Amino acid sequence: MDVEFTPEDEAFRLEVRQFIEENYPKHVMGKDRSQLGREEFLAWHKVLNTRGWVAPSWPKEHGGTGWTVTQKYIFGEESARFGTIPPLAFGVQMLGPVIYTFGNQEQKDWVLPGILSGDTWWCQGYSEPGAGSDLAALKTRAVVDGDHYVVNGHKIWTTLAQFADWMFCLVRTGPNEGKRQDGISFLLIDMNTPGITVRPIITIDGGHEVNEVFLEDVRVPVENLVGEENKGWTIAKFLLGNERSGIAGVARSKKAITRLKDIARGQLLDGDPLLQTADFSRKLSELEIDLTALEYTELRTLASESKGQGPGPESSILKIKGTEIQQRITELTMEAVGNYAAPWVPQLDRGDNYSAIGPDASHGVSQEYFNMRKTSIYGGSNEIQRNIIAKMVLGL
Amino acid sequence: MDFNFTEEQTLLRNMVQSFVQDNYSFDQRMKIVRSEEGWSRDNWNQFAELGLLAAPFSEEYGGLDGGPIDIMIIMEEFGRGLVVEPYLPTVVLCGGILNRHGSDAQKKENLSSLIAGESVWALAFSEPQSRFNLADVLTSAKKDGEGYVLNGAKAVVVGGPWADKLIVSARLSGDQRDHAGLGLFIVDKSAAGVSCQDYPTVDGGRASEITFENVKLSADALIAGDGFVQLEEAIDNGIGALCGEAIGHMKCLNDATVEYCKTRKQFGAPIGSFQVLQHRMVDMFMEYEQSVSMTYMVNMKLDDAKEDRIKASSGAKVQIGKSGRFIGQQAVQLHGGMGMTEELNVGHYFKRLTIMDTQFGNVDHHLRRFAAQ
Repeated sequence: MDVEFTPEDEAFRLEVRQFIEENYPKHVMGKDRSQLGREEFLAWHKVLNTRGWVAPSWPKEHGGTGWTVTQKYIFGEESARFGTIPPLAFGVQMLGPVIYTFGNQEQKDWVLPGILSGDTWWCQGYSEPGAGSDLAALKTRAVVDGDHYVVNGHKIWTTLAQFADWMFCLVRTGPNEGKRQDGISFLLIDMNTPGITVRPIITIDGGHEVNEVFLEDVRVPVENLVGEENKGWTIAKFLLGNERSGIAGVARSKKAITRLKDIARGQLLDGDPLLQTADFSRKLSELEIDLTALEYTELRTLASESKGQGPGPESSILKIKGTEIQQRITELTMEAVGNYAAPWVPQLDRGDNYSAIGPDASHGVSQEYFNMRKTSIYGGSNEIQRNIIAKMVLGL
Repeated sequence: MDFNFTEEQTLLRNMVQSFVQDNYSFDQRMKIVRSEEGWSRDNWNQFAELGLLAAPFSEEYGGLDGGPIDIMIIMEEFGRGLVVEPYLPTVVLCGGILNRHGSDAQKKENLSSLIAGESVWALAFSEPQSRFNLADVLTSAKKDGEGYVLNGAKAVVVGGPWADKLIVSARLSGDQRDHAGLGLFIVDKSAAGVSCQDYPTVDGGRASEITFENVKLSADALIAGDGFVQLEEAIDNGIGALCGEAIGHMKCLNDATVEYCKTRKQFGAPIGSFQVLQHRMVDMFMEYEQSVSMTYMVNMKLDDAKEDRIKASSGAKVQIGKSGRFIGQQAVQLHGGMGMTEELNVGHYFKRLTIMDTQFGNVDHHLRRFAAQ
């Protein structure tokens, strides 16, 4: 057993670090997701593309990097350490692998380059009001009419649909009776097609990240079907498996803990830095220990992945523990700023003459706490993840 | 032993309940919160007409001679409606200080206008550096002829933007964190040298950062007696009221969650039929019951000896801090994505319960205070 990196790995790390430091776009430095417009979201993506580093997880022939598992890990770590805005998951992590695994040549030829260049922004049309954890209950229907599907339905929690050019969408094409998983198809829909309405959903942190998407008689060319008709559930599950990888967010949590320590160093409790007080340092230490455990769990998963074993149901551990830790970090950060958790100035409300309340460290910490409550709900709620482990791992 | 409410108390509860029903639907509340002012003067006038603003005050000054249990009932019902009007700072905190420690002249001058709804008050006690230590006061009151001159800064003054009058803790003598040497001063918010930066708070309220620059006060602005003792007592009474409000929020969240889980269907069954969620809701229910118990307990002990009062208030604050966090987080979790939206009241109860933990000291602060007794 050995967790040391080789000299080659360390050289690679320096190369990545240097590239980020020298090329990260200044105008998005230090900004978080809630502050970004479309172009800002894509700024770093486009720089990465000049180096061919947008999609390390893809096979080389489709535009991947050909890196080892360790190199991919190092790249992720350095990106998080710097706090980059990573390429959007919808294209790179979710749709890309679906297309090069299930798509036909024509689809590979037009979809993959658009993802890599950042020219096509994809969103994910999965959840519906009646189909959340139980995704197979989806009702959005696509009916063939000549060389088109006509799609009617209602998608919800569609992240960043307000910026999207295209949506990959699960629709029902099969009969209503029979096994619900049969009869689902995977369609690519142009968001500019008549009949699509995007309605913003404002969340409790005051942000606009998610949307409802209404589809009314939306005509989609039949060639936009990926894989076989009525066999979309296999693709849907394949995609969800990929969605979970990387969800542990260890490196980003490490960075968040560093920030929390800085804040707790500056906050005083009866004249002493909060960081040095018994209650606070105990909670912080517990968090750091849990994060170390998760880091090693993730490394063990990666090690077995590098031997060719794909991410199994164990990746649910990474999702559950990763999100719980992310939530606890934001909770403790909010606690650290004391009374200054109260001021409420969400991004959407900040006008030009906005002037900050309280110490810099306190800005937005409550919003982040509220926002992060989503992580135990999305991507398969943590209750569902526990069901997966119970069934698939423990055989219960 | 008797945990029953008197007939008057039941009538009081019914009255506040029907006020909330008529004036504080979720939509009405959000309209108030999003308005320029952020509160409703009409509602405030109704509080005056209903006698709510008079509840805790002595009869000789126009009050109704109510006690902590009456306040608790009012706050619990306000909690159910997520009422934002500054009842706690005006009536419980500042009104309480005036009622207990004001001179006859100070009461005469201030209580009748407060009771009539003509003056709104805020308690300016925390400072940018003070965290939850009530004695950590840098704001100074220096003797100036017959009166005083006030200098300093107060942080996150809840209800500050709506207040006409403030009670301000200031240092007459001693060092930054000394208990001795503090005084409470009545200050007109419109006095020269008082400036405010107003802002909305996470829970739908409003607060201010207030600075005092050479604010001249007359001798009778000072409330006679030990400022720290008065302040600590006021905050403990505030905690009793806050606990009432908290159990109002918790009850609504639990009811909403149980109802949602009975109707929301996934995998062909109401999600409330899944045992893991049933047990979660049972835990939420137990947290609520424990919080109710501690809320009753503290409100029965607010007039006890200081040591008992401190144990009671810190114990109750710890309870609602922990329970509020659990219930709030789980209510959001069990509502799924819907719990994350501004459109549903669940997130708003959650946010209020979250910020409540920082109000008057968080769980860690009150654990230390409890242990030190």
